[in-house]
Amino acid sequence: MIPATFDYVRPSTLGEAAAALAEAGEDAKVLAGGQSLLPLLRLRLAYPSVLVDLGRVAELRGIEDRGDRLHIGAMTTHDEVVNSPLVNEHCPLLARATATVADPAIRHRGTFGGSLSHADPAGDLPSVALALDAEFRLASAAGERTVPAADFFADYLTTALEPDEILTGVSVPKLGPDWGCHYEKFHRTAQAWAIVGVAAAVRHSGGAVVEARIALTNMGATPVRAHAVESALAGVPLNGSGAGVREAALRADEGTNPPSDADAGADYRRHLAKVLTRRAVIAATSG
Amino acid sequence: MAQRKMTVTVTVDGVRYEEEVEPRLLLVHLLRDRLGKTGTPIGCDTGNCGACTVMLDGRSAKSCSVLAVQADGSEILTVEGLASGDEWHPLQRAFHEEHALQCGYCTPGMIMASLDLLQVNPDPDDTEIREGLEGNLCRCTGYANIVRAVRRAAAESREVSGA
Ligand SMILES: Cc1cc2nc3c(=O)[nH]c(=O)nc-3n(C[C@H](O)[C@H](O)[C@H](O)COP(=O)(O)OP(=O)(O)OC[C@H]3O[C@@H](n4cnc5c(N)ncnc54)[C@H](O)[C@@H]3O)c2cc1C
Ligand code: FES
Ligand code: FES
Repeated sequence: MIPATFDYVRPSTLGEAAAALAEAGEDAKVLAGGQSLLPLLRLRLAYPSVLVDLGRVAELRGIEDRGDRLHIGAMTTHDEVVNSPLVNEHCPLLARATATVADPAIRHRGTFGGSLSHADPAGDLPSVALALDAEFRLASAAGERTVPAADFFADYLTTALEPDEILTGVSVPKLGPDWGCHYEKFHRTAQAWAIVGVAAAVRHSGGAVVEARIALTNMGATPVRAHAVESALAGVPLNGSGAGVREAALRADEGTNPPSDADAGADYRRHLAKVLTRRAVIAATSG
Repeated sequence: MAQRKMTVTVTVDGVRYEEEVEPRLLLVHLLRDRLGKTGTPIGCDTGNCGACTVMLDGRSAKSCSVLAVQADGSEILTVEGLASGDEWHPLQRAFHEEHALQCGYCTPGMIMASLDLLQVNPDPDDTEIREGLEGNLCRCTGYANIVRAVRRAAAESREVSGA
């Protein structure tokens, strides 16, 4: 279908973008890569009065080394994240998870900030951001603030972003060489959203887990941090029978509220969360 | 500041166009309805099928999921711009020779997605081809001949470039 009419603004600085959004009021929407928003407009599931296109705001794009953290501009595309030497060296979990998002053409246009702002519970990047304790930078005409990942994802397709706020970028901690990581995504067809996904980063030394960061995709209205698994994994030996990892992974569905839909029932998702968590931890800690 | 109609300038298959458009006009509609580039079909409303794939500033994009105003100033290559004169592009020839199409609806998108893949990876194996084309759906062929065609075009292009 053809989208309903809207006005279109194309700022070239963040200041202009924030001003345009403030002026346009509650029915305005930010346009990033458009890979989620344009299908919604075409299906007439969204009726924004104004689109503020961030596509030419150069300061929102790119990846910067900031000491012990990486800063990723909101308008950095999935493709740029996947191919970034900085992300691959210091935050391979993000590079690997992003490589599983959609398909090459969508990754050329879809953005990191757009995925996080859209906050689809089946999206792969929100759980990665949660596992990494990413920090979100938000800006409006009134000023800037920082929101931790644990507070950013509020509900189904709902974030801490106010209608006049723009996500400008996200910072993630660099993980050293003693960390292993893996994103385990379960889906039935190519180019599909996760039925369940597990983002795992595990620090290990001397054949045992030191600490773990685990977050789950599509196990509730928001990404969920698997705290029970994280504490059960501490100190677990990695060689031998693997019983410790298996047992810890059995706690993956604690505190989750998975949906039942055409892809899977809630019970099956609970089962998947445990199996995929075990696989993710094993993959993160081998090789 | 906001506006109802905008002028966009795009270069499509080597020709420069200036068009006055509503912001809601999709790039694929600009190509088909305004510029007559009907070689690029539309297969869905959701960004899933890939039939509408074109090269936008050198990389593949689904032209149904881009506004014409977003493409302002861009260079676009559609399947109609691939051949040089009477000579088909190696991908077009390989799709023909390997019988990589039946109804042909997916073919323009398949070819443009393959073009993107081969420019990043001139010698892909079958898995890499399937992953490179994962955003393009074909309801007819079962994909096997498409994979074969891409492999053939890749081999031919490497020969030509002496690699
Ligand atoms: C066929 C298909 C398959 C897909 N498969 C997957 C998948 O497997 N995994 C996955 O994770 N994703 C998937 N996606 C979604 C893809 O990752 C999109 O790129 C992403 O969801 C949206 O990013 P975008 O830049 O295109 O944002 P847009 O579509 O432009 O915007 C999305 C929403 O976020 C808001 N927004 C965007 N940027 C900002 C910002 N900086 N500040 C404030 N608000 C903002 C917009 O207003 C809008 O509401 C798929 C999409 C399609 C079409
Ligand atoms: S028409 Fe289906 S992806 Fe564009
Ligand atoms: S040939 Fe018919 S859809 Fe591919």
